[in-house]
Formats: sequence, structure tokens, C-alpha cells
Amino acid sequence: MKTRVSSTLLVASLFSATTLFSAATHADSLTAVSFGGAYGATQQKHMLDPFMEATGHEILFENYSGGIAELKAQVESGNILWDVIDVEVIDLERACSEGLLEPFPMDTLPPGDDGTPAMEDFSEEALANECGVGNIVWTVLFAYNNDTIGSGKPMTVADLFDTEMFPGKRALRKRPQVNMEWALLADGVAKDEVYALLETDEGQQRALDKLASIKDDIIWFDSWSQAPQLLNDGGAVMVQSANGRIFDAIQSEGKPFEMVWDGHLYDLDVWAVVKGTKKKALAEEFIRFATGSKPLSGMPDIAYGPTRQSSYAYVDPEIIPKLPSSHLDEGLKASGVFWADYGESLGEKFNEWLLE
Amino acid sequence: MLSASAYLVLAFLILPILVVIPLSFNAEPFFSFTPGMLALEPDAYSLKWYQEIIEDDKWLLAIKNSFIIGFFATLIATTLGTLAAIGLSNPNMPAQRWIMAVLLSPMIVPLIITAAGMFFFYTQFNLAGSYLGVIIAHAALGTPFVIITVNAALAGFDYSLVHASLGLGAKPGYTFFKVIMPLIRPGVISGALFAFVTSFDEVVVVLFLAGPEQRTIPRQMFSGLREQINPTILAVATLLVIVSALLLLTLEYLRARSERIRLGTQ
Amino acid sequence: MPAHLSIKEIADSQAQLRRKKLVLFAFTLPLLLFVMLAFVAPIATMLYRSVYHPTVAQLIPQTLKQMQGWETQPDTLPDSDSLVTFALELKSLAGERRSGKLAEEINRVFPGASSLIKSTARKLKHLDEQEIIASQGTILLDSHKKWHNPALWHAIASAGEVWTSRYYLTALDLQLSPEGAIESRDTRIYLKLYWKSLRIALLITLLTAVLAFPLSYFLANASSAKANTLLVFVLLPFWTSLLVRTTSWIALLQTNGVVNSTLKVLGIIDQPLELLYTEFATVISMTHILLPFMVLPLYSVMKNIDPSYFRAALSLGAKPLPAFAKIYFPMTLPGLSAGALLVFIISIGYYITPALVGGTDGQMISNIIAFHMQSSNNWELAAALGSLLLVLILALYWLYDRMVGVNNIKLG
Repeated sequence: MKTRVSSTLLVASLFSATTLFSAATHADSLTAVSFGGAYGATQQKHMLDPFMEATGHEILFENYSGGIAELKAQVESGNILWDVIDVEVIDLERACSEGLLEPFPMDTLPPGDDGTPAMEDFSEEALANECGVGNIVWTVLFAYNNDTIGSGKPMTVADLFDTEMFPGKRALRKRPQVNMEWALLADGVAKDEVYALLETDEGQQRALDKLASIKDDIIWFDSWSQAPQLLNDGGAVMVQSANGRIFDAIQSEGKPFEMVWDGHLYDLDVWAVVKGTKKKALAEEFIRFATGSKPLSGMPDIAYGPTRQSSYAYVDPEIIPKLPSSHLDEGLKASGVFWADYGESLGEKFNEWLLE
Repeated sequence: MLSASAYLVLAFLILPILVVIPLSFNAEPFFSFTPGMLALEPDAYSLKWYQEIIEDDKWLLAIKNSFIIGFFATLIATTLGTLAAIGLSNPNMPAQRWIMAVLLSPMIVPLIITAAGMFFFYTQFNLAGSYLGVIIAHAALGTPFVIITVNAALAGFDYSLVHASLGLGAKPGYTFFKVIMPLIRPGVISGALFAFVTSFDEVVVVLFLAGPEQRTIPRQMFSGLREQINPTILAVATLLVIVSALLLLTLEYLRARSERIRLGTQ
Repeated sequence: MPAHLSIKEIADSQAQLRRKKLVLFAFTLPLLLFVMLAFVAPIATMLYRSVYHPTVAQLIPQTLKQMQGWETQPDTLPDSDSLVTFALELKSLAGERRSGKLAEEINRVFPGASSLIKSTARKLKHLDEQEIIASQGTILLDSHKKWHNPALWHAIASAGEVWTSRYYLTALDLQLSPEGAIESRDTRIYLKLYWKSLRIALLITLLTAVLAFPLSYFLANASSAKANTLLVFVLLPFWTSLLVRTTSWIALLQTNGVVNSTLKVLGIIDQPLELLYTEFATVISMTHILLPFMVLPLYSVMKNIDPSYFRAALSLGAKPLPAFAKIYFPMTLPGLSAGALLVFIISIGYYITPALVGGTDGQMISNIIAFHMQSSNNWELAAALGSLLLVLILALYWLYDRMVGVNNIKLG
């Protein structure tokens, strides 16, 4: 009797096991990966939800903290877990030239809602790389908390490195990108010389030395979504952040944060298809949808600029001065080509420097 | 003096676990006690983080996955582990010590090594990013516990009972379920519980081996703690504390029962 | 065997014993096979990966073939044929989007080579093959002065070796000089991390022992009803999810966490202390997590110590403290050593808790293994670092088996 019960149980579980494993390779679900937090929520609202509603496909929305490592691990081991990915242009050139992304058929992009053909509607940079379709224009800047900064107000990148005038912890994202550029800017290097100087050993050392001067006051974080949190209750008085997350914290939570535009490093984010995915067609379909005029026009909710002109018809004009595109003079364009060439060796140098 | 230090250590053990429970009812999105909470104002407390678990598809998927993976891993680990323990507990078992050392090693080898090795090996067979891969991995990690508990239950087991049963013409299967099983059942069940908890709590192998579709509760907690700390994690933690308290009670009950059985047969 | 048994009877009983052994082995076989495939084989794969690395040999096979023989001359460049072959192979890799892989590999042997190879590959991609051949390699040499450095070419040859001890050398902060001698690397990271892991593990072991000793003594000498009730406070943490316990410590140690706000309210501090994301956080949370592993074996040993020995010593006139040290303490050593070894073994390879609460300071060797698995994608180095850790763990496991016996591991 008992044996029969257990063998029935066994058969039942084997049966459910087979259904389970076949369900695991469900054909119509897509795994999309982006940066989470306020940005992820905005994409969910304006891109993923409308897409799921319009097409009936499921999307599993995952967070990652940027960089190409996870993507590379998947492609090199042949264990592809992601289908569509939101990539910073600072990493895009490298990911694309190393064969981690599928080239995107740009000629299949639909025209804007006002009828402008895609090629004219998108900004030139948005389609500059063959692997990705521009999604937002955003920027990395630093922000401070009015409640904790003390009497003075930081105005420049140099102030971020000035621990005497502005004592307290600075939170920076743990990677060489942006930090190396800022270190040189703070050290007095002109904006248009930064990347040329970073190509030399001396320039690299100079940047690391500048960072070393405040090393004890740095809190390193991994993911953009941690930035506003560190400024709020994480013990940092200044934090490096994507502008949208600070904007969102000020706008929707009323936080006493202040953004500093000096030396901001503006960049694009693109949607791209992961090399070797089994759902390439569906992934491309999603990108065509997500970069349409209407979905892109939702991005200014958190002060990120749409990459196509036709989207601006839907955008509240009051938000325009708060977009990175209104502050280009104060900033520097992040160089994807530089980081494609130097991301590897500087990454290694930077990590050894961290462990020193 | 002695009892004071003993109680201090007990407080050190238990307080950090209990602290998450009131915090999980925080109305604010913080990990700390608000002034309102300390003044016991009802408005400072809320159930919204529990509600958030129920409304978040990712947590629901994680809960489902944890139970599915835990169930099958336990099934495999308990079946194979019990059989092996029966062989291993017999003094006539050849190379007993060596085999035991190999079979218990999954418990000793650091998980980061196991996970890295499994990533290299399982990807070759397309097992990474699949339920089957995670289940097999967790089953392997759970078997040592089954062996240990069943072995303990078999300590002092009188093998002549098996001979008597077989000698009287009973089939081996019948002998197993009617003679051996009743005596070792508490050991098997507590081994199964250990195997289940091992899988239920495991995150390193899941980090390396599982895809987004196989996310488990601890995996979800891990990324939550790394990326955006919010009290939903505290709510999950509170639920898990309750689960472990229930498990503990079950185990204590089983232990008391197995004591009785052992005393009864001797 | 009694003498009056016939040879046949002896043979029969031996055959029976053999059969019995075979049956017992058959019981164990399914699990043994399962563990071999699911657990041992993956670890063997990791060991294999730490020494076998054919990637570069597959990317530039012709160049490596042509460079054979040249390798013995340390101060010269390879001949122009080799240079042309390399330029052609690099060009075709760039076309297939695989030059990045080559750059990454060479960069590991020759730091800084990555940008050189990538930018050169981008130039070569647009050049004509005939042009490259006609130039006899000068196109390559003219593209950057670093190509004139023989050490770079030695690095390429060395990266091309299929079987290599390179990753073990790196894991021990060593490297091969161009002349083939072993020398120490400029930046020392890994040995420092091994020492740090050992130091943290030792500290945690000591802390757990110091905390567990009075508690276990108290429990062992309390009435059994009381002991059983209080034991729940040890077992509940033991059964509570690791992630839950780590979460608790984050809530406690945060800048505005429970500890800091309590100290502030009590007026002990003005500014919050920096507790989370430090080595201190790693040590205290791991001590908390591993404490039950020390209490349980110690308690079970102490429970079985006859208190009359200690009393007898006292009644014979011994002072309490020396009597305790000479009589009681040695009898607790089996429990203490079992607990200490277990805690040490578990803590030295710990990953999750340091990763979540340790910040940059509180990282252990497992975290750097995870880093090379997940972030730098240097899997071979991760495998080498892991293999070294594994050797250490297995040695401790062997010691544990000698001293305690793996059969005697008790749970709960």
C-alpha cells in the first residue's frame, strides 16, 4: 500500500517534471535586461507594458548593473540567458566589436508618428553603431544632498575631489569609466584633451593618482539604482549618478538633492539584441516597438531625452530645460571608441589599484 | 557572571534575527526604526511590504521556483542518500571511509568552487540556465545531510532483522519498506528537511547556474540587497524566519520520536 | 575461521561475504555515480581549465607556428614572414569580430596590449591583403611603436601555449620573465588576499570559540528542560536562511541603522559610525552566522563530561582556575577542535556575506574568484585561484577526518 503510494507520487512528480522542463523553453517569452530603479520603472511603463498589451508576448524584465561582463560570459559559454539588452554607448562599441551583439537591421525601423522616415527622425548618434538603436540621451553627473553638504555648495568637478572644502564620503560607481575622465578634469585638463591624455601611461597614472587623493573618502557602488539611496541615507554627501535618478528623487519623492552639471559625461543608451539568442526575431520586433515615437516620448518622465525628433511632439515643453540636451556646453561626450580600446586594460589597472 | 555572559551570547544569537520582524512593518521605505515606530504610533506601521510581495511577479516566480527546485532536489537527494546510507552504515561496506569522504565532500568544498566548476561543466551539456541543472546541483549539495541523518538513525540498527525478514521469504522491496523504513523514517525525514533547506537557502550555485527564469527567493534577495534595498526584503525575511521556526519544531518533534523508537527497539 | 570447517565451507563463506559486500556497494553505487557526475566532474573540469587554455592557439595558429624557433632569441623581433602572417590573421579576426578576444588574452600576459591590438585590428580591417603582404610587416610595425618591443612578441608566444602554468603563477603573484625565469609580479594582490582570508577565518574561529565556550558550559550544566528551551535560541539562527541573517546585519549596521541610531539616542556618538561595508561587518556577521557550528559540538562534548572530576580536583585542594585549565578544559578539546575546524573550513571559503556587507575592505578570496568569474571573465585565473583554495580546504578536511572523523559530523 505504502509502496504504491510512493510509486504513484514518483510517477506524478516525473510527469510534472517533464511538463516543467518543456515549459522552461516557452517560445513567446522574451528576457529583456536593463538598469532597474526609476529608469527600469519608466521603461516598464512606456515600453514593456504597451508591447505586452499590443502583442500578447510575455517579457521577463531583469536588472543588471551595466558593463559587458555578464553578456560576455553568456556568449562565450554559449549559455544565452538574455534576449534584449539596454547598453550604455560607453560599452556598446566594445560589445559590438567583440561579437557579443547581433547587428540590427536599421532599415526595418518604422517611420516616426509624423511620417518622417526613421533614418532622418533618429539623431545621427542614435544609429551610429550597427548593433544598437538609440533609446535615450542621458548623462552622468554628480549630485549633493542639501541637508548634509554643509555651508558651501559644490559647483565643479574639482569640488568633488576637494575633501577639505567639502568633507564627507563621495559615492562613485566602481569602474574606470567616467571616474578617470573626471579625475583629469578635476586635475585641470581641458575637456577636449581628456581622452588623448588617457591614451598615454602618464595620463592614466595621473588620473589614478588624482583618484587616490580621495580614495579613503570614496564609497564604491555597483549599480545606478544605489546612487540616490546612498545620497539619501547611505552616508554619502555627494554621489555620482545618472541624471534621471536624481531628477526622479527630487521630483517624485521631494528629496533635497541638487545636481551639478559641470563636467557631466553625456551618453546614449541603446537597445540591442544579444548574439546567439533563440528569439532574435521577437527581440527585433520589441526594439522596433520600444524605439517608436510614442514609447520614447515617455522617457522625459525622468529627464532623459528621446533619440528621435518626432517624440518631442508628445513631450511637455517645461521638461526640456532639464534634459541633458540643454546642458551640452557644460559637459563632455563619453567616448565609446576610447573605452572599446582601453576598457580592458584600464579595467584591469583600475581593479588592481582598488585592491592596493 | 557565567549565566550573564551566556545570556549575552544568546541575545547576540537571536536579536539580529528578531530585529527584522518589526522593521518589516515599517511604513517608510527604510531599514531603520522611525521615531513613529518607537512611539508605537499605529500609522508608522504598515503591511504594504507584504502586499508588495504578493503583487510582484518576480517574487511570486521566485517563491514558486524555490519550492519546485527544492522539492525535486530533495526527492533525488533523499532517495539516493537513503540507499547509500544503508550500504555505508554496514561494517562490511568496502572502502567505507573513502566513499564516505567523497560523498560528504559537497558539504565541505566552498560553494564558490562548486559553482564555478558546475558552470564550466554544466554549460557543456546545456544544463546551465535550466531547471534540471539547478535541481541536479542542489540534489548533490543536499545528499551529505541525508547520509548523515540516516546514518545516525541506522546506528545500532540490527541487521539480523533484515536477514530474518529475507529468510522468512519476504521480497527485498517489502523488507525495505516494512522492516528498515519504519525504523529509519525519522532520520530520512530530517535528512529530507535538511536537503530541502539546503536547496531553499542556496544562492551561489543559483547565481552561476540559473537563468532569469529559475530565480529563487535567496537569489532575488541577493540582487535586492545589492541593488536597491527596500523593506520588501525584510518582509520576505520575516516570512522565512517563520518557516525556519516551523522546520525547527518539526525536527524537534522527529528527534523526540526517534529517541522513543530507538529506546523501544533496544 | 574455526579449524574444523572444510575448505569448501570457507570458500563458501568468503563468497558469501563478497556477495554481501557487492550488495552493500550496489546500494551506494547510484549516489556515488550521481555525486561523481554532478559534483566531482565539475570540479575536475575546473582543475583542467586552470592549466589547459587553447584559445589563443585557436585564434592565431599560423603565427604561432611560424614563430617557433624564434622564441629562444630574447632581444629580436620575429621575422617579417611571422609579422605578415600575424597581420593577416589579425585582419581576418577583426572581420569575424574576434579580435577583441585575442586582445583580451594577450592583455592578460602583457598589460596594455589590449588597446594596441584593438586599434591595430581596426586599421588592418580596412586594408587590402596584398598591401599587407607587400609591406613585409612594416604596416604593422609602423602602426604603433609598441610593436617594436620584443617582449610583446614573447608575450604573444607565451599566450599561445595550450598547456600553461601561467594562471597558477599569477594566482601566486608570480610571472615568467621573457628569459623564462620565475619572478614576482609588480602588483601583489592574491597572496595578500589569501592571507587576509586566513586571518579573517582565524579571527572568526577565535571569536566563535570565545563566545561559544561560556554558553555551552552554561547549557551543559543547566537542567535539561532549561537547556532544551535555551537551545532553541541556538538552533533557530542555525535554521534561518543565510540571506535573512545577512539582511539583519545590513539593517543593524547601516549608516542610519539600528546600531547607529541607538548609539545616537544614547548620546554616545554624534556622527554615525561607519560600520557597514567594512571588514568589521564581514567579521561580526560571519561570527554570528557560524556561532551555532561551534556551540553544538562543544555543548555535546561538555554534556558528557562528568563534573565529579572537576569537583574532585577542587576538593583535593586545587585552586579553581588552574583546576579548570588543567582538568576541565582538556576534556573539552575534542568538541572545541571539531567546532573550530568546521568554522574555519566554512569561513575561509565564504562568499555571500562578505559580498553583501564587506565593501571593498571586507572581501575574501572567494569574492575575487567570483569577480574573475563574473566581472573580468578571466575564468582560467578564477579556476587557478579556486584550485589553490580547494587544496587548502581538502587538507583541512583530511585533518578533520583524522581528528574528528567525517562519520561523526552531527547536525542540529
